[in-house]
Amino acid sequence: MPETLPSDSVGIVEPQTAYFPESFTLANNRVLPEYQIVYETYGVLNQAKSNAVLICHALSGNHHAAGYHSMDDHKPGWWDNYIGPGKAIDTNKFFVVCPNNLGGCDGSTGPKSINPNTGKAWGAEFPSLRVRDWVHSQAQLADKLGIAQWAAVIGGSLGGMQAMRWSLEYPERLRYCIVIASSMRLTAQNIAFNETARQAIMSDPNFAEGNYIEQNVLPEKGLSVARMIGHITYLSDDGMGKKFGRDLQSGSFALGTEETVEFQIESYLRYQGRKFSASFDANTYILMTRALDYFDLAREYNNDAVGAFKKAQCKFLVISFTSDWRFSPERSREIVNALIHAERDVSYAEIESTYGHDAFLVKGQDRYDNIFRHYLKGIET
Amino acid sequence: MRIDHLAIDKWIAQNSRVLDLGCGDGSLLKHLSNSKQVHAYGLEISAEYIQACIEKGINVIEQDLDKGLENFKSDSFDTVIMSYTLQTMHYPDKVLRDMLRIGKEGIVTFPNFGHWNARLHLLFKGRMPVSTRLPYQWYNTPNIHFCTFRDFEKLCNEMKFNIVDHLVVSENTSSQILQKWKPNLFGETGIYRITRS
Repeated sequence: MPETLPSDSVGIVEPQTAYFPESFTLANNRVLPEYQIVYETYGVLNQAKSNAVLICHALSGNHHAAGYHSMDDHKPGWWDNYIGPGKAIDTNKFFVVCPNNLGGCDGSTGPKSINPNTGKAWGAEFPSLRVRDWVHSQAQLADKLGIAQWAAVIGGSLGGMQAMRWSLEYPERLRYCIVIASSMRLTAQNIAFNETARQAIMSDPNFAEGNYIEQNVLPEKGLSVARMIGHITYLSDDGMGKKFGRDLQSGSFALGTEETVEFQIESYLRYQGRKFSASFDANTYILMTRALDYFDLAREYNNDAVGAFKKAQCKFLVISFTSDWRFSPERSREIVNALIHAERDVSYAEIESTYGHDAFLVKGQDRYDNIFRHYLKGIET
Repeated sequence: MRIDHLAIDKWIAQNSRVLDLGCGDGSLLKHLSNSKQVHAYGLEISAEYIQACIEKGINVIEQDLDKGLENFKSDSFDTVIMSYTLQTMHYPDKVLRDMLRIGKEGIVTFPNFGHWNARLHLLFKGRMPVSTRLPYQWYNTPNIHFCTFRDFEKLCNEMKFNIVDHLVVSENTSSQILQKWKPNLFGETGIYRITRS
């Protein structure tokens, strides 16, 4: 909890809600009769409405990307390290919009919301979503805010997939696309991790086939294990070794004792799992990981990523991190190669880091910060 | 403006697609995008140079040329440039072959190791040449494959490349006069325009 707010913080922020009363047809042809999107904004929209930046969140993110909700908050928003006055995404220059994605569990319409047709929580009945559904709903939000064209659409991981999809679905509605630690489609190994996480949730008796809210229980254990699996893959072997090594949280290996030994990494992962399962919705987790698995940028372009990107009109910045094995630099290079052969403007940097996939969130990485900062500085508003 | 950059400019067509292997701080591409409106990408491995390119608004791709250029399709560029980079490559011949696979035309500039200064340095001091343009010691230099103009021309011949045009440039005036007489002895930098035969 901050005693006083740091000078480079966007300060105390308040989420807003945009309500869309018209029906919304999803990629799978199912229809949401109405929906709402919760979002936050930082900075000021200029008169020409040309300085707006859209932040697309990743799997477990939400609309709270920067600042604090109150002075009692323990932590600022999830990308506070890179959003704020004077930071890489400079709120003195840009009007930053970050929505909670449809299907989320932090206020936007999702499995926890009431299905107007039944009067009960959607639960497992909530329609499956594709990345494009998020992009289309974000476009409706942009319409509502009067933003005809984003200066930039920016996202890491699953957020990067949304940013790329934006460049194809609404090519004239963004000038720059920043894709960090992302991929044009997941590998089999990646889908395997997601499926293992889903199975952990579904095998929890409290999951109740997704109708746990109705039954007034929560699949906390399953969701917790799902998060632990995910968390391991977001860090690197090196990074984990540096942070925890084989240090013990409790117990001892002294001969002649029979104390239960607990490694720090065990206790850390359990803590992360517990914390996550208390705040996140299991159905949302399943839905988001499936959207990740289903995403394939070029599927509808005859699996030709070059052909797909020819549709884009914006300029691209692609960034990857050397120790990221979940969305490895190789995946980013595939994006870059497709962009080059599609004759799109693109720059690419591969940042040396031990933070694994999570690196895009971690502060204090000078090279990442500098590239991100200077690229955004060059964007005219 | 570097003297070799000025010369390269003349061989670049308006609105062409240009790939610069080892683009440094991006100043050549910046110049070419202003003078010829080229659509260009630079490949670079140094973090500082990549940063400099980003600041200039140049398309820069972090890539190690020594690991190959398989990611570039054949004939995908009009001109592929290698300015003062050839001598830093592990396999200069492989890069040259790739260069002319990717581009219809290649432009290569490199320092002449047959320059009298280098020859005298080795002859009299008995030590590897060090100059203001190439200030490194033998043990810390990124320049690992030096050649003379004659060496380069021989390689082009062996690889069946056409030398369409070539220039010899020097920064200092006396060299500029003498290089016309004996380029391999007095020319400082060679600029070659090459194509597949």
